[in-house]
Amino acid sequence: MLFVTTVVFVYGKASGYGLSYVGIGLIISGIMGISSYYYSDKMILGMSGAKQIQKEDNPVLFRTVENLCIGAGIPMPRIYIIKDSAINAFATGRDPKHSVVCVTTGILDRLNKIELEGVIAHELSHVRNYDIRLMSIVVILVGLVALLADFFMRSLWFGGRRDRSSSGNSQGIFLLIGIALAILSPLIATLIQLAVSRKREFLADASGSLLTRYPEGLASALEKISADKEPLEVANNATAHLYIANPFKGKARHNWLTNLFNTHPPIAERIRILRSM
Amino acid sequence: MTTEVIILLIVLGAITLYALSVYNSLATGKVHIKEAFSGIDVQLKRRVDLVPNLIETVKGYAKHEKGLLENVTKARSSLMNAHTTQEKAQSDNMLSQALKSLFAVSESYPDLKASKNFLELQEELSDIEAKIAYSRQFYNSNVRGYNKTLAIFPSGSLGRMFGFKDEEFFEAKSLEREPVKVKF
Repeated sequence: MLFVTTVVFVYGKASGYGLSYVGIGLIISGIMGISSYYYSDKMILGMSGAKQIQKEDNPVLFRTVENLCIGAGIPMPRIYIIKDSAINAFATGRDPKHSVVCVTTGILDRLNKIELEGVIAHELSHVRNYDIRLMSIVVILVGLVALLADFFMRSLWFGGRRDRSSSGNSQGIFLLIGIALAILSPLIATLIQLAVSRKREFLADASGSLLTRYPEGLASALEKISADKEPLEVANNATAHLYIANPFKGKARHNWLTNLFNTHPPIAERIRILRSM
Repeated sequence: MTTEVIILLIVLGAITLYALSVYNSLATGKVHIKEAFSGIDVQLKRRVDLVPNLIETVKGYAKHEKGLLENVTKARSSLMNAHTTQEKAQSDNMLSQALKSLFAVSESYPDLKASKNFLELQEELSDIEAKIAYSRQFYNSNVRGYNKTLAIFPSGSLGRMFGFKDEEFFEAKSLEREPVKVKF
């Protein structure tokens, strides 16, 4: 529904100013989005310095993932490990057949088996719920909105609009609304993207708990993660949303406004919801 | 055509589409259930294949535990001969119980405990137990979804008209509730 709103909103703005712009914007944004979607696994693995493992390298991790995949009825993802003592994990891949799950050595050292199961179940649920595909589409739309806003502002600057069909007064009003939207829409679209990301995190928590039939496992793992002050070194803004917990630590998150800009819901709330299941 | 006829056709079309979707979801459900069941079978077979190995290893160290070893063998053959879902669930539980008792008793044989062969078998078997548990869970959740479609209205009545019947959960009825007797 958010997408429909976003797209309608975009078309509404653009229809006064030429649908050809929408077409170009969609193509550019689409190419960037689709290529990042197909290569999402290679890109993030490259950026994070992760190493793939086989069964022999870490039987406990391998078996945990294998058993959860049997429970979920999905094929096994490729498993990777990042050498970092921060406790974090992520999953990526466009569908269950082409998926990747990655954990840090921090997770392997500090979480016990039940907590590890909770974390892996959460990551596998992201894959199962096609969250990566969803977020890619959202990113494409956000990009589209930003591009259109940009085009619009440029067309104003260079003082030309091809169609002279609209009458004088309403033209002025549309112009004002158009400018306001052009400034605000990228912001609104980003906020929508972050809200979607948070919702899907809650969904992955719930799906994961349904898979393990033991929400306390993930709850206790999240507790350990929130107590750990260490930020994940290889994460950056582009990849932050994929991790199980926001990898940038050390910022106070009690403010309603800062929460709006967070890719993950506050950990305390996630723990509370898990414990009430 | 008059508007009444058009409306009637649209309504009939909608009902047909709905009936089609119910049929397809039930048919797909059945295929998933079959696949999930064969998933359980795969794990059960792995365990059945490992048990003789285990028995030979234990026999070498614990000759006095004949009774227990016999229980395990009996449970294993009953699993191999089980065909219906009920029978398989029951034999699976029996074999799990027998293996549990065997591993509990092996605690009092330090030589056996130290044997590398035994330790590897123990790890394999405990992993297979976990896999059996998960494949049972997956099977049961597929059965749950399918039975639910057959239980609610109107997909239930439609489904039964098409000839679909409820599927069984993978669970044993009687044996699980009996208390486990541990003898020392």
